[in-house]
Amino acid sequence: MSANCLLDIENLQVSFFTPAGEVKAVSGVSYTLNHGEVLGIVGESGSGKSVSAYTLMGLIANPGKIVGGTVDFNGHQVHKMTEKEFRKMRGSEVSIIFQDPMTSLNPVFTIGSQLMEMLRLHTNKNKEERKARAIELLRLVGMNEPEKRLKQYPHEFSGGMRQRVMIAMALACEPKLLIADEPTTALDVTIQAQILELMVELKKKINMSIIMITHDLGVVSDVCDRIAVMYAGKIVEIGSTDDIFYNPKHCYTEGLLRSIPKLHEKGHERLVPIEGVPVDLLSPPAGCPFAPRCDKCMKICLRQMPEYTEISPGHKSACWQLQKEQFENAEGGNKE
Amino acid sequence: MIKYVIKRVGYALLTIFLISIITFTLMNMIPGGPFLSEKAVSPETTQALKVKYGLDKPLPEQYITFMKNFIHGDLGLSIKQKGRTANDIIFSTFPVSARLAGMSVLLALVLGVTMGSVAALNRGKWVDSLLMVISTLGIAVPSFVVASFLLITFGVNLHLLPTLGLKTPLHYIMPVAALSFYPTAYITRLMRSSMLDALNQDYIRTAKAKGVNKFVMLFKHAMRNAIIPVITYVGPLLAYTMTGSFVVEKIFTIPGLGREFINCITGRDYPMVMSTTIFLAVLLVFMNVVVDICYKLVDPRIKLK
Repeated sequence: MSANCLLDIENLQVSFFTPAGEVKAVSGVSYTLNHGEVLGIVGESGSGKSVSAYTLMGLIANPGKIVGGTVDFNGHQVHKMTEKEFRKMRGSEVSIIFQDPMTSLNPVFTIGSQLMEMLRLHTNKNKEERKARAIELLRLVGMNEPEKRLKQYPHEFSGGMRQRVMIAMALACEPKLLIADEPTTALDVTIQAQILELMVELKKKINMSIIMITHDLGVVSDVCDRIAVMYAGKIVEIGSTDDIFYNPKHCYTEGLLRSIPKLHEKGHERLVPIEGVPVDLLSPPAGCPFAPRCDKCMKICLRQMPEYTEISPGHKSACWQLQKEQFENAEGGNKE
Repeated sequence: MIKYVIKRVGYALLTIFLISIITFTLMNMIPGGPFLSEKAVSPETTQALKVKYGLDKPLPEQYITFMKNFIHGDLGLSIKQKGRTANDIIFSTFPVSARLAGMSVLLALVLGVTMGSVAALNRGKWVDSLLMVISTLGIAVPSFVVASFLLITFGVNLHLLPTLGLKTPLHYIMPVAALSFYPTAYITRLMRSSMLDALNQDYIRTAKAKGVNKFVMLFKHAMRNAIIPVITYVGPLLAYTMTGSFVVEKIFTIPGLGREFINCITGRDYPMVMSTTIFLAVLLVFMNVVVDICYKLVDPRIKLK
């Protein structure tokens, strides 16, 4: 783990033990995150993108359990932590913003009391100082009349304002890492842009890292340094934002990119959807989970999970097509 | 707020007026009358009694007379309890019932809310199952069974508790236990389901993500949201219990309002029937207003209109 590395997840496996059997929500995910870096995790519903991030806050709900792997975060061995240790870390070192700001704030407490609760839990500030800090935080997230806002209740705020409150609350103790779980999905488009801009701006101010979980590729392209593409509990491709957008190597990433509408192209081309449905995680296939939906599927894809192929430093993808290309490149001259 | 109060008072008066008319009509439709008895009474005597209590006049006039006096705070003379006014009877028996009811409802509230929360927090475990069995029992078993059971066990067989009246604090134990058995069970179930609902909300996840401990999460963040259905139930419950539980008062020989309420109906004590019914109605209407105000205190989203 290098000095600049904040988070190192190694072969993380998380399963939910349901009455129907073990659901392998995350099976062997590894990634690292540096200080001040923004990592986007994209994937469709049920791909394990949220679960992998929730794990490092100890927020996976019963019957979910870490069944293997290690999570190193800011000097903590997260996979071994107790609930008490998690409580200390939550909010102070790692914070989270949830998808739906309409329901994420407690309706019966004022904005001020919810903000100040965070400060009371993790700082030694007295009541006056907490209030001053709360006002400062609301100003920081761009709210007018912060003194008045403190006394208001969530139902008096719009969705965008509530998400700003959530951000203010998450940043109250200047955490090292912010997990943003689809922070803009529930907001309308103009507000989305404002919220993203705000997050990036605040990130610079307090030098934190962000994990941006989303299924919206437009969001990640704007703000992320690196992107991990997840499918069926595995990272199928990871690389810099440019790598993923301009040089995608995994068939699933290509499929995802094809399904984004392109405004600059002429005519009204139909979007190309990815055919089929995601695999059932109760009985994951032996091979590549995307194989049944892949139009370049080979025999081996169905039988064995491919290893990662490094395309360029930091850009890795797990696809048999890449292995095949490599093999052909190496053998290429000899055959003819 | 002022508009709200005026509106509520208006509705309350209308409700009470309608209840008084319905009660008066039903009461006079029941066969029999206050002066029927096993002994033969001469028609002249009956007529004289009717004149004395104003029952010889046409019904609408009787109603108007009663309401006129009622507005002036005079509930009339009891026909059956010679020499006592209805005011006198209600205001001497009501405090007894109210004290008993207050204690029972408070006990039910504390026990029910605690047990419901504990059950919700331990959902599916043996504690939850045990509490649910007890509360199902509490709802299924009627109060006269509970009261008789307590009386026989602790009063008669074990000689631990006094069985008659309400002279010492010890006297209160059994009646309060009997009265609070059903509401405790009901509140436990109510609290459990609304607590489970609250614990599944996103804001609880937010609280957890802030590093709040389990206790604060449950009793601060979830409780305030989960308690609303309980408030709805407790308001009217308090009014009903305050006007007395006939069964429990009868079994423990407590001079409460509940006993008077039933006795006056069986005795066709017309002024008493009207008085006690209207008294209950006023109390219920008042408790509903209190409940509405409590809502507002607990949940800021609620607007009193």
